[in-house]
This record gives sequence, structure tokens and C-alpha cells, in this order.
Amino acid sequence: MREKLAQWDFVMLAYGVGLVTLAALTIWAWRAMRRAESRRDATRRR
Amino acid sequence: MHIFANPTRFLALAKWLMPLLFWSGLLLSLGAVIWGLFIVPPDRLMGETVRILFIHVPAAWLGMGGWAGIAISSAMLLIWKHPLAALSARAIAVPGMVFCAICLATGSIWGRPTWGTWWEWDGRLTSMLVLLFLYAGYIALTQAASHEGGSSKIAAIFGLVGAVNVPIINRSVVWWNSLHQPPSITMGKSAIDAAYLWPLLVAVLGFSLLFGAIVLMRMRTLIAESQVEARLRRRALDDDAPLAANPMTERA
Repeated sequence: MREKLAQWDFVMLAYGVGLVTLAALTIWAWRAMRRAESRRDATRRR
Repeated sequence: MHIFANPTRFLALAKWLMPLLFWSGLLLSLGAVIWGLFIVPPDRLMGETVRILFIHVPAAWLGMGGWAGIAISSAMLLIWKHPLAALSARAIAVPGMVFCAICLATGSIWGRPTWGTWWEWDGRLTSMLVLLFLYAGYIALTQAASHEGGSSKIAAIFGLVGAVNVPIINRSVVWWNSLHQPPSITMGKSAIDAAYLWPLLVAVLGFSLLFGAIVLMRMRTLIAESQVEARLRRRALDDDAPLAANPMTERA
């Protein structure tokens, strides 16, 4: 017996995994940059 | 290239280039995703799953392209001792690894409805998995070098040696039998219909611009961290200087 798979479920899963991971990477990189640069500015002022 | 050896000059460039790459990349990527999800027709053989192409292929391209970037930066570090080469290689590593992981995950999700399996130990999938491990090894090496004060040359050599895997990934579907399809786009030729090719090219361009923006964010982070570290070290030396100059205080 051949199993019937809902193709759209796989499409949505692939896009969900890809886009959520990419969004997490971007937010992490942005926040790390802001944190490092504000720390640098704080040490410069001290 | 040596014009940007000065971090101040590089930061001035990165400050306007990063938002430009980010917003243009985001716009193109979202456009390509909408085009790929809702406008292109389903494929005759793969049906709706063909839409995974528009996220899987850019991720594969950037996973491999990332390592090519690490290898070029490593060569620049070893040959010309370019001051930003080690930083750029480190900056590429994490986004490169994430795109490699996205490629493996989306490929696996695509494999289930089209091949009937989540995973197959064939040349293409295995060599891509090896690339993921190479990224992990590279990140561990650079972290150890920055924390323990080791040489970044070892990581650079690792980056160059690991580049051997990139052409293996590319040719794996030609050299070995695989469930994975052979290359659809070669020099000047494409086996992909224009209805799929154009959104694919837009997706590759959009995700590449986003990748560039993330690499610039990482480079700015690493430069800021090294500046903080240098300043704290200089301050610690300045604080120690009067103690060393006065033997009485040292004895007390």
C-alpha cells in the first residue's frame, strides 16, 4: 500500500524551519553587535 | 584589499553597507519566498514540494560559499597577514554553519515525500554533513584560539584544508550514484524551466545579501570585542606601572 502524504505540510515545515532559524540568526547577530559596540563605547568613556 | 586593513576605515564602510545589504536582502528574499510559495505552478513530477527549492538551494549555495569565504580569508591571513582576514573568516563561520544546517534540514524534509526517506548516506548528503562538522570544528578552533590566546594560523590551515570538501560536494552527484538529482545549473546552461529559474535566482541573490549583512554584523561584533579587550589590557598595564616603578609599594 502506498502512503499518501500531504505535500503542503512538508513545504510549510521546510519554510518554517528555514525562516525561523534565519530570523533567530539575524536577531542573535544584531543583538551581539549592539551589545559589543555599547560595551566598547562604555569603556571608551570611562 | 589592504585599504580596509585599517579597522576604522572598514567600520565606516560597514556602517552604511550593512543596512543596505540587510534591507535589500530582506526585500528580495521575502519576494522570492512569496513568488515560490504562491505564484509558481506545481511541478509535473514533484508536485507542490518543488517550492522547497527556493529555500533549499540558496541555503546550499551559502553553506558552500561560506566555506569558500573562510578559505579565501585564511589564504589572505597566511600569505599577506591581512589584519581583518582572521576576523572575516571567524565572522563567516556561524552564518555559514547555520545555512549548511538549513540546507540539510530542508533537504531532509524534501526527501521524505519525493524519495520516501528522510536521509540517505549517499555522496551529496554525507559530504554536506561533513561540511557541517567542519564548520563546528572551525568554530571550536577559533574560540579556543581567542580564549587561550593561541595562534589563528591553525584555524586558517584548517580552513584551507577543509576547502577540499567543497568541490567534493559539488561533484558528488556526478561521481557517485545518488538519489539526489544531478546538477541542474551548470556554466551557462540550465535544465530548470524559466518559471522556476527566475524566482530561484532572486532567492539566491536575496539570501546572499542577507548573508553578507549578517557577516558584517559579526565582523563589527568581533572588532568591538577586540577593541574592548585591547583597551582593558592597556588600562591594566597602566595601573600596574606605578607599582612596578616604586619597589616600596611592591614590597608593601
